[in-house]
Amino acid sequence: MDNALGMSVGVTFVLLGSNIIISAIRKIIPNIVRIPIFIVIIATFVTVVNLVFHAYVPALYESLGIYLPLIVVNCIILGRAEAFASKNPLLHSIADALGISIGFMLALLIIAFLRETLGTGSLSLFGVDLFTLPILGEHPIAVFILPPGAFLLMGLLLALFRRLGVIKGD
Amino acid sequence: MALINNFILVRFLGLCPFFGVSKKLSNALSMGVAVTLVMFIATVATWIINRYILMPFEVEYMDIVIYILVIASLVQIVEMAIKRTNLTLYNALGIYLPLITTNCAVLGITLINATEAYSLLESIACSLGGGIGFTLVLIMMSGIREKLELADSPRSMKGLPVALLTAMLLGLTFLGFGGMI
Repeated sequence: MDNALGMSVGVTFVLLGSNIIISAIRKIIPNIVRIPIFIVIIATFVTVVNLVFHAYVPALYESLGIYLPLIVVNCIILGRAEAFASKNPLLHSIADALGISIGFMLALLIIAFLRETLGTGSLSLFGVDLFTLPILGEHPIAVFILPPGAFLLMGLLLALFRRLGVIKGD
Repeated sequence: MALINNFILVRFLGLCPFFGVSKKLSNALSMGVAVTLVMFIATVATWIINRYILMPFEVEYMDIVIYILVIASLVQIVEMAIKRTNLTLYNALGIYLPLITTNCAVLGITLINATEAYSLLESIACSLGGGIGFTLVLIMMSGIREKLELADSPRSMKGLPVALLTAMLLGLTFLGFGGMI
């Protein structure tokens, strides 16, 4: 859960920052080199997040590992820069960044919650143990902590949300 | 690196092409080869830059910006080179070549090499192993998905959910390789 929260904060900051800058300078970016410019702006913000995390929350920085710098190539951020921020005014872009970030955070938190609860039988947040499930605590389903567990949960959640009609289309 | 620390199934790197391109076997092969090629060149280039430019000037904190620029320009150069020398291959790779810039596996491998402080040979071995593992899983996945298209799966499971479950099963098998060494 801690990792998911940290990651969401990082992504929110980068998305917000890059959307603001790109939206503000969208009229002076030459169309033909727009993608490299977007990437450099995003990479700058990721470097900032990287340094801030390294300085203030070193434990989180360690556990996020290479996934923190990899925010640069997160498709959401470049996708929103290209599809929204480069065409829309500043305030709309900020709202867009916040909306997308909240969605991203929700998805990440749901998966993190389920993986940690099922995979270890207990849940802790910022080093505080919140609860331990009676049977799962002694015999956790360890596969949920392993990488395949993530694929399993994502597949099942996607199917469930589609069934409920929350997510439409393919 | 190819099997135990598989980029896709164990490290979650390069998931976009994994689910995006794995619908047809021929595309999967081209994508895998292109990614492996770019990973190899990017590894050599970023290793040299890291060792002889970033380290002497003590600006390692700039690595993310530098690496992504290097990868983006390398992809451009590779694209132009392939276009001049081998038009058939260029057409086969098509749109996938420019998309490699934003492939987490490529930036991932350069960052892994930097944080683990690998030597040049180790970095190259790491990148080739990672690339081969990536190609292998991509091909396996696309083979399975071609068959899955014909299978009678529940409506809400069709497409991506069932692909994710397949990835889980593949991931479990690949975990088994961890016990072999």
